[in-house]
Amino acid sequence: MSKKAFRPDVDAPEWKGGYSPYDIIKEGTIALLVVAVLTIGLATLFGSPDVKAVTLKRWANAAPVDFATTALSELNGTSGVATYGAPYNTNATGQQLGPLQLAKWVGARIPINTATAFVLDPLRSIPSQPTLTTDLAQWKSASNATRQQWMNNYTKAATKMKFHAGQVVVNANNAGPVPVFINDLTQMARSGALDADLVTSNGFYTTDYTLPLLFIADGSYLGNLAATQHLTGEQWGMMNETGSYPGQAWLWLYTFWYQVPPFSQSGNGDVLVWGLMMVLTAGLILVPFIPGLRSIPRKTRVYRLIWREHYRK
Amino acid sequence: MSTTEIDRQWTTRLRQRVTSKLPPEKLLPDTQPAYVSSWIYVFGVTTLAALMVVIATGCVLAIRGPQWWHGSNIGHFVNSLHLWSVEIFFFAMVIHLWGKFFMAAWRGGRSLTWVTGAVTFLVSILTAFTGYVSQTNFDSQWIATQAKDGINATGGGAYFNVLNLGQMLMWHIVLLPIGAVVLTALHVLMVRSKGVVPPFADASEMS
Amino acid sequence: MNWATSLAALVPLDHLGHYLHWHWFLISVANLTVIGLMVVTFIVALFVPFPGRRRREDSK
Repeated sequence: MSKKAFRPDVDAPEWKGGYSPYDIIKEGTIALLVVAVLTIGLATLFGSPDVKAVTLKRWANAAPVDFATTALSELNGTSGVATYGAPYNTNATGQQLGPLQLAKWVGARIPINTATAFVLDPLRSIPSQPTLTTDLAQWKSASNATRQQWMNNYTKAATKMKFHAGQVVVNANNAGPVPVFINDLTQMARSGALDADLVTSNGFYTTDYTLPLLFIADGSYLGNLAATQHLTGEQWGMMNETGSYPGQAWLWLYTFWYQVPPFSQSGNGDVLVWGLMMVLTAGLILVPFIPGLRSIPRKTRVYRLIWREHYRK
Repeated sequence: MSTTEIDRQWTTRLRQRVTSKLPPEKLLPDTQPAYVSSWIYVFGVTTLAALMVVIATGCVLAIRGPQWWHGSNIGHFVNSLHLWSVEIFFFAMVIHLWGKFFMAAWRGGRSLTWVTGAVTFLVSILTAFTGYVSQTNFDSQWIATQAKDGINATGGGAYFNVLNLGQMLMWHIVLLPIGAVVLTALHVLMVRSKGVVPPFADASEMS
Repeated sequence: MNWATSLAALVPLDHLGHYLHWHWFLISVANLTVIGLMVVTFIVALFVPFPGRRRREDSK
């Protein structure tokens, strides 16, 4: 009967040596006490960050032009969400991993029509607004071509948008009801009513903040706050935390790829990084089965430090 | 009932299988091989201890709900305990991983121990992520609106909606902790069952 | 609950963080400290003798 060859990176020699006393419960108890003391110490010293959430109300009051511009982009279908593709709509193919159009294949399972969801439905919910009601009716009865013309005229003029005496001011001709929509929606946001409407439009109770978060993220206000805290993608933001707190150092490799070509310059950056990290993750999980990789411990001989007493004998 | 019939019962067979793999002296040993003598060996139990503190502090946060810590000094302190125990958890786990890699701890039929450990690492990262988006503050808003792009690009965003607080919170406090605890338990039981990996054979010991 | 205000952090880290920047590499001082501590802890754990050797030698 042939003996199977001993593979030093796969097989382990049988231990025929001595044993030492070992108190596993005591060890566990000491570890728990040490960790508890360390945790209490760190929490007492440094606390934890709690930067207040941004509301549409806060955004529209702090940066009304940015809000109004974003509202316009939701209405005219040029916003980030409007041109996103899956899972929000089919207005773009989305990212590709080689021939795989994963997002597109899954489809628009969280369908959002930005003009309706972010602008028209909230405006419709405001009671006792005869002018607005007329304008909404005018919009509803207009053709797509007319609506497009109104939006184009307003959009061209909106490059010189001002916020003056609490009103959004855009000198646009033949823009139909669009100026009223944008101004009224801005007032609605400034009052806090838009925050409430985007969350309760489907019922009293919700724990789903998809609509208000997407709207806020389409503007520049949230991103500007993030940039001051070094949280954006190009700032290795995935690893970082607000203030001077340590963040998520374990995400270093994931965020690293976003900083270097081709990932940093590709429109498919997200899915490419994800694909690469899936491969590397599989590599980590399957180290015991990968020749070469599993030989690194024996070849680097760091183990001789760990087991130096054993080797001394 | 004959003895053979009793022996063939599911209960009997399971008990025999479990007790042969993990007899009491392996589950709660009072000795260990003499080569287990390095500070590098404390990081596994430290990770386990940190996990217990993470879960305990998480349970305290659960008592008063996800908004408690914004308006309460005690709540904020408990949140701080939860955050720092998570930092210690990852700190110890990564050093444990480095140590186990350089010991080639998968040797001698221990590959599944390595695999469960690596998968637990990933489940922990996902648990931490769902925790971050459940903070109900600016950080949650930013992390969720950024992460959605990565997840949406894979098609996963249609089912795992990081902007849905309720969904994320339930993954964070129910599904992922169960996964992490089960994987950790399997990992620890495997170490108890197979023992700590022996050192590489010295050149003189190789036949 | 006045005593609870004493739970506030002694050294709060809410001020904007310091970041170190070399070409495209950018890291916060906080993260660098954590990673540095991990590497140092690993190296220390490898080199510092583990107690118990004396106990075993005594029991020989």
